[in-house]
Amino acid sequence: MSEEKYIPKSKLGQWFDSRLPLLTLSHHLQSYPTPKNLNYWWTFGGILTFCLITQIITGLVLAMHYVAHVDYAFQSIEHIMRDVNYGWLIRYVHANGASMFFLAVYIHIFRSLFYGSYKAPREVIWIIGLLIYILMMATAFMGYVLPWGQMSFWGATVITNLFSAIPFVGESITTWLWGGYSVDNPTLNRFYSLHYLLPFLIFGLVVLHIWALHVPGNNNPTGIDVKKNSNETMPFHPYMVMKDLLALLLFIIVFLWFVFFAPNVLGHPDNYIEANPLVTPAHIVPEWYLLPFYAILRAIPSKLGGVIFMFSAIFILMLLPWLDTSKVRSAIFRPIYKKFFWLLVFVVILLGYLGAKPPEGIYLVLSRLATAYYFIHFLLILPLLGRYEKTDPLPQSISDPVLSKTGMIDKFKKAAAEYEGENVESFK
Amino acid sequence: MKEKTLSHLSKFINKFLFIAFLFAMPFAALSEEKNINFIETNWSFKGIFGTFDRASLQRGYQVYQEVCSGCHSVQHLSYRNLSENGGPEFTIEEAKAIASQFEVEDGPNSEGEMFMRKARLSDKFVKPYSNVQASTSANGGAYPPDMSVLAKARTGGADYIYSLLLGYEEAPEGLELDDGVYYNKYMPGNKIKMSEPLSDGIVEYLDGTEPSKKQMAKDVTAFLVWASEPHLESQHKMGFKTIIYLIILLTLVYFSKQKVWSRFGSKIEEEEETFDKVERTVTKYEGEDPKTFK
Repeated sequence: MSEEKYIPKSKLGQWFDSRLPLLTLSHHLQSYPTPKNLNYWWTFGGILTFCLITQIITGLVLAMHYVAHVDYAFQSIEHIMRDVNYGWLIRYVHANGASMFFLAVYIHIFRSLFYGSYKAPREVIWIIGLLIYILMMATAFMGYVLPWGQMSFWGATVITNLFSAIPFVGESITTWLWGGYSVDNPTLNRFYSLHYLLPFLIFGLVVLHIWALHVPGNNNPTGIDVKKNSNETMPFHPYMVMKDLLALLLFIIVFLWFVFFAPNVLGHPDNYIEANPLVTPAHIVPEWYLLPFYAILRAIPSKLGGVIFMFSAIFILMLLPWLDTSKVRSAIFRPIYKKFFWLLVFVVILLGYLGAKPPEGIYLVLSRLATAYYFIHFLLILPLLGRYEKTDPLPQSISDPVLSKTGMIDKFKKAAAEYEGENVESFK
Repeated sequence: MKEKTLSHLSKFINKFLFIAFLFAMPFAALSEEKNINFIETNWSFKGIFGTFDRASLQRGYQVYQEVCSGCHSVQHLSYRNLSENGGPEFTIEEAKAIASQFEVEDGPNSEGEMFMRKARLSDKFVKPYSNVQASTSANGGAYPPDMSVLAKARTGGADYIYSLLLGYEEAPEGLELDDGVYYNKYMPGNKIKMSEPLSDGIVEYLDGTEPSKKQMAKDVTAFLVWASEPHLESQHKMGFKTIIYLIILLTLVYFSKQKVWSRFGSKIEEEEETFDKVERTVTKYEGEDPKTFK
């Protein structure tokens, strides 16, 4: 389907395409072969693209009205909420959009973990995806600082202070990040500048992510390779486009339900109190999507240790394609891995819950256990499972396990060709 | 056949999980909110169709003006908001009359002097103190918070404010309170520096409603919720319309998707037919029993 050379129909098209092959690109995107058995968990790629574009567009409008100054930031947000036409809608879409973006990205990541999408030959897609995730966290964190509420200020103070744990140069780095000796106007200004910049870097990485995906093609729920030009795949347009659109609409309904009927449940009430460097909130908590890492940070008794473990928790995922030694991709055929997968999901959610609780008593004990399991899962269980797990037999193809037993199709083709005198290739 | 049913079932379960997961989210998030037992009341503005009770908002403004505004500012409200749709909806004349009761500093004029003039609709609500420090020192070291977004800045929102206003009690025995500190059931830590603001009959309602403590607490809370979210009504209206529109669109897209995908289904069948034909051919050719291929 997609491999054949595309030649535009019109003369003008040919003239243009031979100079800049945009039409070829568009043809490739439309006819890109996708496995026919992709389920709805595969629709989150499209949903995430939608989230990114929504954030960029709403953010662009908000930036027209926002003032990045410690004396006016909080006021300018209220100005947007009250006086700008539909400013409340744009801001609520942007604020909840961040949460929905993370919700979707977590589903996307766990889908990848379940179906083994990070394994060869898709390691590069996976690593670019993680880079996007890291940039997303940085962007979201800096965005949360901009309203200059209490949580903005104190969240920024806590997170930037982490860098002071680095031996010898830590203090200088923190001062450099702040642009002064505490979180203040220079900090707000640079966060605003970076908050505007990073989404475009993310956008660039998304292009690479999709490009890298289009080289080996999609994984699928069975995790076995599909034959690209066969009845196992269907062109992206219109089949996947329609399916993605359906899922996207469902997602938008949930998204807008939050925007219109519960726009503030995902945020912290303290962020509607203007930042005050003299008053510390009772509990400083980040946004929900950063809570698991926050729990890991606080589970470790030493500050430097906490910082190291928190960052390792993210970067360890980059090594995942090599830590997971199993040749079988999909958890469907890995009975033991499947159980550990769900345990990991549970542990990460537990960490998120613990991140919102004060680090004392049972909460602290649990977050230490959960942190330990998180690392054991990736460093110990996955390498060992690959060696000792007895996986279920894999089907030979995603459509009909019987018809495509090794060599069978070729046998058919040869026989048919001889019998009917047909061209073997026409069966493709 | 059995395998087919199984795979259909697992597909169905997957779809079901997907939808259940998406829709469980909002409810999970909502249920987290209700962990402190505030006094329960029925708010007209709660829920998908929630709207404000105009009379209640107008009374609430009166309570704010006569009781709270001595110490608390609402600096993000403008006098024009009082006459806008979805709020207390005073007439423009009434709102102008309200504004003209206040004086604001303007200037500099052509001689370079600042001067005082009557407030207009476009002015923000006049603050009782010119800055935070002044208001803190006038109130025994406790800053009476600006109430523009108070209903969004406290866990529990409207329920919290309402409960706090009605939550003043005698301190339990053994609890020593400093001068100027009061006991309140709903204040975090139970100590509050604001003396009980409401008592029966402290305000004489213009519309003749019985000014009980509860009534006033309810009215002023509604007013504060509106002050923090002046577009709440249009938000609810637009939300309802949008979601209905999306559900209709979703249904249409669902059927289009089914239609489009059925094209592929028939294509598969066609190909399977070809394969069957080939299979029979091969059998004939090699003289094998077709059963052995299954």
